[in-house]
Amino acid sequence: MIKADALLRRFGSFTAVNGISFEVRRGEVLGLLGPNGAGKTTSIKMLTGYLPPTSGQAFICGHDVALNPEKAREVLGYLPEGAPLYEDMTPLAFLRFVGRVRGIRADALESACARAASAVHIGPVLHQPIETLSKGYRRRVGLAQAILHDPKVLILDEPTDGLDPNQKFEVRRLIEDMAPDKAIIISTHILEEVEALCSRVIIIDAGRIVADGTPAELKRRSRSHGTVSIELLQDKGDTAVTVLEKMEGVTQIERHDNADYSNLVLYPVQGMALLDPVRAALDDAGIAVRQISLEAGRLEEVFRTLTHTDPATDSVRAEEEALS
Amino acid sequence: MIRGISSIFRREFASYFATPVAIVFLVIYLVISGIFTFFVGGFYERGQADLEPFFAYQPWLFLFLIPAIAMRLWAEERKSGTIELLLTLPISPSAAIIGKFLAAWAFIAVAVAFTAPVWITVNYLGNPDNGVIIASYIGTLLMAGGYLAIGAAMSALSKNQVIAFVLAIAICFVFTVSGLPMVLGFFEGWAPDWFTSLVAGFSFLTRFSAISKGVLDFRDLLYFLSLIALWLFLGRMIIDAKKEVG
Repeated sequence: MIKADALLRRFGSFTAVNGISFEVRRGEVLGLLGPNGAGKTTSIKMLTGYLPPTSGQAFICGHDVALNPEKAREVLGYLPEGAPLYEDMTPLAFLRFVGRVRGIRADALESACARAASAVHIGPVLHQPIETLSKGYRRRVGLAQAILHDPKVLILDEPTDGLDPNQKFEVRRLIEDMAPDKAIIISTHILEEVEALCSRVIIIDAGRIVADGTPAELKRRSRSHGTVSIELLQDKGDTAVTVLEKMEGVTQIERHDNADYSNLVLYPVQGMALLDPVRAALDDAGIAVRQISLEAGRLEEVFRTLTHTDPATDSVRAEEEALS
Repeated sequence: MIRGISSIFRREFASYFATPVAIVFLVIYLVISGIFTFFVGGFYERGQADLEPFFAYQPWLFLFLIPAIAMRLWAEERKSGTIELLLTLPISPSAAIIGKFLAAWAFIAVAVAFTAPVWITVNYLGNPDNGVIIASYIGTLLMAGGYLAIGAAMSALSKNQVIAFVLAIAICFVFTVSGLPMVLGFFEGWAPDWFTSLVAGFSFLTRFSAISKGVLDFRDLLYFLSLIALWLFLGRMIIDAKKEVG
């Protein structure tokens, strides 16, 4: 339902997005990850048709965004970066305005506004000017606007930015509830959000896609994937290391001692399952283990190894200036 | 298209009254209009039952007040980022441009309508030619539309309202003074006559004073309407070009 085909965008001599292609199907929630200035927001602006691409095409529900912008936007709900709103309006007046522009009929308008407002819990502030609202409420008014017409495609640029943990949880639940019959893209910095929400992740760095897969697939690429962590009494530490060093498939053992306990982290040979053999070996040696766990891998590690853009580099500033 | 224009119009028009913009503009406009009409224009001293002292100063008043109204139209949207929201709604940018323009124009019309007491006064004091007055009011609104379209296009150029304001005044000034004897005198003698009358023909002052003599010439009407259309079109070009560079 969302398709990016070799989208490329230059600002002067700076290439912000360098030919990215992907598709998002109904029921998928795609997390767009990347450091600041990697080209996430520029990509999103091209998908929504706000920014014309230098080359390439974007499609929303089969409508070419550049050739048929109004058709594409009818089925699109969009929360731009920073959730811009008309400050002098009340949330209700704002939702009514968006509804009218979207062509929601007068008799359906009130119920659509009420439904969107209750979905994001902005009932108590519906009649207060937006300029007086907290950051959390403003973000939610922006979300309400995006889901007002129950769109088939949702594109949300940092939907939970500025929300407290409870509100983040609410918004995630809202997105989860909507996910089955929509195609959703969210851009975010928050990795736990991606794990909690997204069925698929794309990591962008310096305008290119550097990874594309499910969160589990990506985590498998991290160094800590498949490692086994063991906690045992400190006096057993040395024996345990001696036993485990001899084991087949263990490439490296890291040891951290604290007051009473030793923590061992075992790195396996690529693709080797260590948990059961380690457990068996320690049993045989009669070493009591306080805690043992298998690490699935960390998205953060994958993110850090795949992306390099330093937030202070010129490319970031160039993009920010160009977008301002 | 109509749906887009009317929704934008409603929002924009209401926004003047949701903020102090409306009240400040109305008060300043009416007070300054009054000062020009009664003190500078000598409304009573002239002893004539007409509104010439009122209308004669409108172009100069509008030269400053209308860019002040127009400067926020796009600069504010750009600054707050709402332009991205607006232009990703399923309407064409033209609908947004026209809706915003019409709302601001209607607001100025409201301000102008508040000068009706002067008209009533002059009817109470004597027997003015009301046809001339109606023509002058129409001319005033057309001229306001011209200034407004220029100001709106300048507002699309920058997210800084001060820059938009100054640029709009500069261009409006050129369109105003090109009919003054001072400017025309500069061209007379060396430039061909057709050029001088072309310069004069582009002046709001020349057109407006023709209308306010009571002659609603089709060509003057066409001039103002096509000028508005041209500047709205330029505004659209500027908005598209700004998107092109990001």
